[in-house]
Amino acid sequence: MTPPTMSVLPALHPSATQLPSGPATGLRCRECGATYPLAPEHVCVECFGPLEVDYDLDALRRVTRKSVAAGPPSMWRYVGLLPAGHDEATRVSLGAGMTRLHRADNLGRELGMRRLWVKDDSGNPTHSFKDRVVSVALSAAREFGFTTVACASTGNLANAVAAHAAQANLASVVLIPADLEAGKVVSTAVYGGTLVAVDGTYDDVNRLCAEIAGELPWAFVNVNLRPYYAEGSKTVGYEVAEQLGWRLPAQVVVPMASGSLLTKVDKAFGEFGTLGLVEPSPYAVFGAQASGCAPISAAFRAGHDVVTPVRPATIAKSLAIGNPADGGYALDSVRRTGGAVADVPDEEIVAGIRLLASTEGIFAETAGGVTVATLRRLLDGGLLDPAAETVLLNTGDGLKTLDAVAPVVGPTATIAPSLEAFRKAGLA
Amino acid sequence: MSVTVRVPTIMRGLTSGVAEVAVEGGTLAQVLAALDAAHPGTRGRVLDDGGRLRRFVNVYVGDEDVRFASGLDTPTPAGTLVSIIPAVAGG
Repeated sequence: MTPPTMSVLPALHPSATQLPSGPATGLRCRECGATYPLAPEHVCVECFGPLEVDYDLDALRRVTRKSVAAGPPSMWRYVGLLPAGHDEATRVSLGAGMTRLHRADNLGRELGMRRLWVKDDSGNPTHSFKDRVVSVALSAAREFGFTTVACASTGNLANAVAAHAAQANLASVVLIPADLEAGKVVSTAVYGGTLVAVDGTYDDVNRLCAEIAGELPWAFVNVNLRPYYAEGSKTVGYEVAEQLGWRLPAQVVVPMASGSLLTKVDKAFGEFGTLGLVEPSPYAVFGAQASGCAPISAAFRAGHDVVTPVRPATIAKSLAIGNPADGGYALDSVRRTGGAVADVPDEEIVAGIRLLASTEGIFAETAGGVTVATLRRLLDGGLLDPAAETVLLNTGDGLKTLDAVAPVVGPTATIAPSLEAFRKAGLA
Repeated sequence: MSVTVRVPTIMRGLTSGVAEVAVEGGTLAQVLAALDAAHPGTRGRVLDDGGRLRRFVNVYVGDEDVRFASGLDTPTPAGTLVSIIPAVAGG
């Protein structure tokens, strides 16, 4: 079958005009190659495949190290490589990005590694990497003329959508699984949008959102705006390369839920090489999952390229996506670059959080614990080179998932307010 | 009594814009065949050339994702709602 060109999608949005003056030229199906005009759509009419943004390579080539350095100290310094946000008047930004790249010598020593870095995205405005994708998605939402933005979320996305929408004067509707950590519920509700707790898993919530998105003229950041949203994740990879002095690390370890972040970090490294912003050099991409929700890891181990959905049961709720839409593409990235995927049980996730905190002073959420613990597993299994420079992504702040560590950490001693009691407790 | 199929927006070009279609069929495979007989082309959107569910489509019989049930052999008793929904990414 010859892929159709510029098929017209049934429109359910206020406008389908071109996005202003960016390098994006259209949407393309990753499965069958069908092309479409830029619009708030995410699914190929022909095969249900995911749509991805196409760019004009010549326009991308206008981005130079100098133009990036002259940009703001945020992810928007890479606007020339993004599909939305080119008009500062409509750009939605709380200043996400340019989070620290922390040299983790203590953790590296503990794990027997020569050079380890932590890209710490807990430093974003709502304390997770989701601020990056939301900033791009809401910029696109405004450009398409939406007035209501929405999402299905495991928590971090909920925080980011509610906060950015509040600042941008957009109405927000956030749907979350009812059993989400209290911290993530409070830290979404505080921004004042509509928050709907759904009695079901994230996959149930996602299904509901896909159905609502088909009925209402809302911008669902991870549904109909997904092609734009997902591109925001590239900025993590760009920043790592820039912060290393315009070069690529040999290895990068990325937590996986849908698998999208991992594919976009891979894409970012590839683009920087293609555009001459770094000297192209080999790199391996590694994926980390929680054993209680490890469909991509299971497929990797079994040598499959299709991911079989699972029902999640893990404390790492931000990674608890049983039916990962980008799982197959994540496997492609990992295998193509010579990386690997592993998963870790909940007790190792908690140990991973504590290890990162006690060695580097970084308190990660459960996804960070998954990544640290998986790094250890990959090293133990001989799958990751301890001598090669490695970057580990911490995607969120531990204050969001206090429940995970509260049962195992606490005061060393509880004493009366006296010097005698202090001495008696053996603290002197 | 028949089975109701909820058709996603992107397939409604094949159903004259209709969101819900009533068909007969005791299994998901039979339901999709009946849907295709009434609205030609629909089956090929949901199934690949090998007759398997496409990677990026989720089909639910009631609340059950058929990948956790019996796939195309999942029973569809009279009165069942079958939902065809595009897969979406994470959050």
